[in-house]
Amino acid sequence: MMTLIQLCIEFFKTGLFAVGGGLATLPFLYEMSEKTGWFTEQDILNLIAISESTPGAIGINMATYAGYITEGVIGGIMATLALACPSIIVIILISKFLDRFKDSPVVQGIFQGLRPASTGLIAAAGLGVAKLALLNLDVYEATGNLTDILDLPSIAYAVIIFVCMRKFKLHTLLCIGISAVVGIAVGF
Amino acid sequence: MKELMELFWVFAQIGVGTFGGGYAMLPMLQREVVDKRGWATEEEVMDYYAIGQCTPGIIAINTATFVGYKRKGLSGGILASLGFLFPSIVIITLIAAFMQNFAELTVVSRAFSGIRICVCALILDAVLRLGKKSVVNAVSVVIFAVILLLSLFSPISTVWLVIGAGVCGYVIYLTGGKKK
Repeated sequence: MMTLIQLCIEFFKTGLFAVGGGLATLPFLYEMSEKTGWFTEQDILNLIAISESTPGAIGINMATYAGYITEGVIGGIMATLALACPSIIVIILISKFLDRFKDSPVVQGIFQGLRPASTGLIAAAGLGVAKLALLNLDVYEATGNLTDILDLPSIAYAVIIFVCMRKFKLHTLLCIGISAVVGIAVGF
Repeated sequence: MKELMELFWVFAQIGVGTFGGGYAMLPMLQREVVDKRGWATEEEVMDYYAIGQCTPGIIAINTATFVGYKRKGLSGGILASLGFLFPSIVIITLIAAFMQNFAELTVVSRAFSGIRICVCALILDAVLRLGKKSVVNAVSVVIFAVILLLSLFSPISTVWLVIGAGVCGYVIYLTGGKKK
């Protein structure tokens, strides 16, 4: 019981102070592992790998996993809820504020700056994924041959799925499902 | 009540489709929330997203709370967030219980090699859509390009990039260059 409460407190703190996305929770997890011994550094590394190949935000997956290995199913659920709690509270407060001020020219002015920035950040994240998925940086480093840098089959598949997605308006989950099957069959 | 369940259900689906971190939720958010249901506009999604970057917590949860709150107030915000959490909790609990070596399975890594390519295409699609709405004049082109480059090549935290862009927007408003 004590551990459960502690677990909630620790993940609530993580949710409150980790600003800027899933990976921002990592330093908190390392600290938690050192302080409490609930899970090891190896567990954290293991979980990063799992998070990358399962749906859901990394921070959330971390909370469920750490909660589960410490206190079972209940621990997993409680840790995750504790992590999400500060987000929900803060955003509801901001929403109330925005309801009042969203038509003010100042807030509109700020949003004019935020929107292209938001787009830029998402583009950067996309390029990060593209680097992993569409380039063979390791092969290029080994051979030094510039033509080896492009992972042509992957790029070809990216173009195909992109065109299908836009042209036939496929459901996102269907695109992901198809891609998983193609991945298993072809092995990019 | 029905709408609350729908919020939960839609965000549970988005939770299932979010591979590789919060950014990956955008394409589904656009389709399910903007296109199909009209619960938010494309601009609002960008605003939520930018605010989610520099407020505490997980970006995906912040965005879910925004949409849910706008739709159905407090309980909407909570249910949308719970919906997003639900698939993660189930999947990770099952993996932790039965397949600790999940990430090392060949079939998983092969499936993921395909999914990763799909995520690239999805994000490209999302960026093109957002760009059409947000990168519309010289100032916004500059902000977009600077943030993109800084985010790729500098160690500056995303939080500061977002705050900086907000300040730019404010200064431009003050100098009265653009009325809007």
